[in-house]
Amino acid sequence: MMSARATLFDKVWDRHVVVAGTNGLALIWVDRHFVHEGSHHAFAKLAARGLKVAEPELTFGVVDHYAPTQGPLSTASEDIQRMVRTVKENTRAHGVECFDLDDPRQGIVHVIGPEQGLTLPGLTINCGDSHTSTHGAFGAIAFGIGATDVAHVLATQTIWQSKPKRMRITIDGKLGPGVGAKDMALSWIAELGADAAQGHAVEYAGSAVRDLTMEGRMTLCNLSIEGGARCGMVAPDETTFAYLRDRPRAPKGEALSHAIEEWLRLASDDDAVFDRDVVLDGAEIAPTVTWGTSPEEALPVTASVPDPERLPEHKRFRAREALDYMGLVPGRPISGTPVDQVFIGSCTNGRIEDLRSAAAVLSGRKAKVPGIVSPGSRSVKLQAEQEGLDRIFTAAGLQWVTSGCSMCVGMNGDTVGAGQRCASTTNRNFKGRQGPGARTHLMSPVMVAAAAVTGEITDVRPFLEGRS
Amino acid sequence: MSGWTRHDGLAVALPLDNVDTDQLIPAQFMSVPRSQGYGPYLLHGLRHRSDGTPIAEFPLNRHPQASVLVAGRNFGCGSSREGAVYALVDQGIRTVVAPSFGDIFFANAINNGLLPARVDAEVVEELMAELGSEAVMASVDLMAGTILIAGREIELELEAEKGAKLINGWDDIDLTRSHAQTIASFRSSHFQRAPWVRPANA
Ligand code: SF4
Repeated sequence: MMSARATLFDKVWDRHVVVAGTNGLALIWVDRHFVHEGSHHAFAKLAARGLKVAEPELTFGVVDHYAPTQGPLSTASEDIQRMVRTVKENTRAHGVECFDLDDPRQGIVHVIGPEQGLTLPGLTINCGDSHTSTHGAFGAIAFGIGATDVAHVLATQTIWQSKPKRMRITIDGKLGPGVGAKDMALSWIAELGADAAQGHAVEYAGSAVRDLTMEGRMTLCNLSIEGGARCGMVAPDETTFAYLRDRPRAPKGEALSHAIEEWLRLASDDDAVFDRDVVLDGAEIAPTVTWGTSPEEALPVTASVPDPERLPEHKRFRAREALDYMGLVPGRPISGTPVDQVFIGSCTNGRIEDLRSAAAVLSGRKAKVPGIVSPGSRSVKLQAEQEGLDRIFTAAGLQWVTSGCSMCVGMNGDTVGAGQRCASTTNRNFKGRQGPGARTHLMSPVMVAAAAVTGEITDVRPFLEGRS
Repeated sequence: MSGWTRHDGLAVALPLDNVDTDQLIPAQFMSVPRSQGYGPYLLHGLRHRSDGTPIAEFPLNRHPQASVLVAGRNFGCGSSREGAVYALVDQGIRTVVAPSFGDIFFANAINNGLLPARVDAEVVEELMAELGSEAVMASVDLMAGTILIAGREIELELEAEKGAKLINGWDDIDLTRSHAQTIASFRSSHFQRAPWVRPANA
């Protein structure tokens, strides 16, 4: 029984410990390291010390945060052009492959890693980006790091980490129509809090999680960081392996069969012990939207904007501030709140299934408000166009643009204006996230599509009747 | 980065929960090279009105010389952007006292000589009430593991390794390179045991 009682996280962690330090601190081997435009600080640190990238073969560059989505790079601001140029120059100088703007594989780092088969079960994956947690959907330990640690990984292919505690979030039951991974994530964060999983590695389990496609699992793991988790994980299974077959950089043939044998052993042991165990009922989850400026400030679309005076005292001040910023009236139903625009995209919800589900709502309908649809990668864009989804979006009056982080963070110039309200498939409703003064309501792609059709926050469920 | 053992300065309260990294350093400033200093961008949206004029009552505008921040839970949640820490450090902040911190922010802070001091939520609340909108003398003693604010002594809960990094101004790269041999042998056995960990060629 020597290997019993280990969690998925423990098993992957143990295989990557290079040096075991004191107090649970360990030097961990990094299997994949992704860098993007924001990694300029780290490359500058490396240059200052005259160091080279230790493992160019395991390091990959992407252009996503500053990627222009509505025209050639040459028409973007000098600042944006410089950021894109810098990551290309830095990766080239170190012999690192870069998925840049001329590359048909370009896209958001957390979309293309899995798409290219670079993300695999049982790996450790780092990137100077908090939503690196996305890759945990494959049963990898994947987490974001800051610039100093990015420089460290570049120089040594390892990282010092204190072993996080283990937390399991089990969601059983069947999700209702119009309810998906985004709603699962927002509802657990609303219930437990944006710091609930701090210091923990989260494993998602339960039948509602098993029933999710890889894309849904990625959405769920992507939002782990919004609940404070170091990372999120799902045990690899047939769904995972089916996704990985024929991915360009994944193992193939016999190598794949061997890998799958090992990956199957990664699942948490039946008697594995978690520091924290939470169980939720999938059947009770409704389409969920945020009302405030933290992802924990979310509620079912059928509910009313909270009244700060009725909240526990320590939450009142923040809630008042958030409502003031969001321009919402306490006690009014959240549904019916007029929006000025919509955004569909990001590493949370910019994959092909996200676009398909939004298109299913928009098909044959017109959007009352303007909006942008940005596929998460060039491959997603191509596939969507082959399926005719782009024509559904444009016929509805939305703008079909190319891939990048776009309006999730606004670094490329795609921003929401001050005081404007955006129904968005992204992951952060922080003040000013989509642009200074922008008001963001996070929700799923189908919910954003419904908001586009009615021009207000709307329960999508009636719009799905008779459609798949 | 240089280490430090003791800091005396002024503490102010920032009575907000979930102060996220996008507040600490808004995205539009993130392409700025560090050499230009990130101080002016710290909490830019909270410190300024939409027309760009500073809000005089905002704690850091009232007391720009403050070097210790007392804030609410989940400080530094959100993005991995280390610019959030650069902005605090460049503004002169040496210690943030809060009930909890975002994990990535916490690591970034230690890497840049900023002490993220986890202190009981109740104590933080009492401190905030005492501080109000005033700046009060504070001293942080990393060796003794204590923070003195408004005459109240608080014990620091900080893992020894993290404390040592702050005190010595250590950079992990040097430490790790002393393990080069171990890393090299891990690498070869890792690749041998599980060949699939290496990406297939394009
Ligand atoms: S889409 Fe948004 S959250 Fe995802 S990597 Fe880009 S900026 Fe970060």
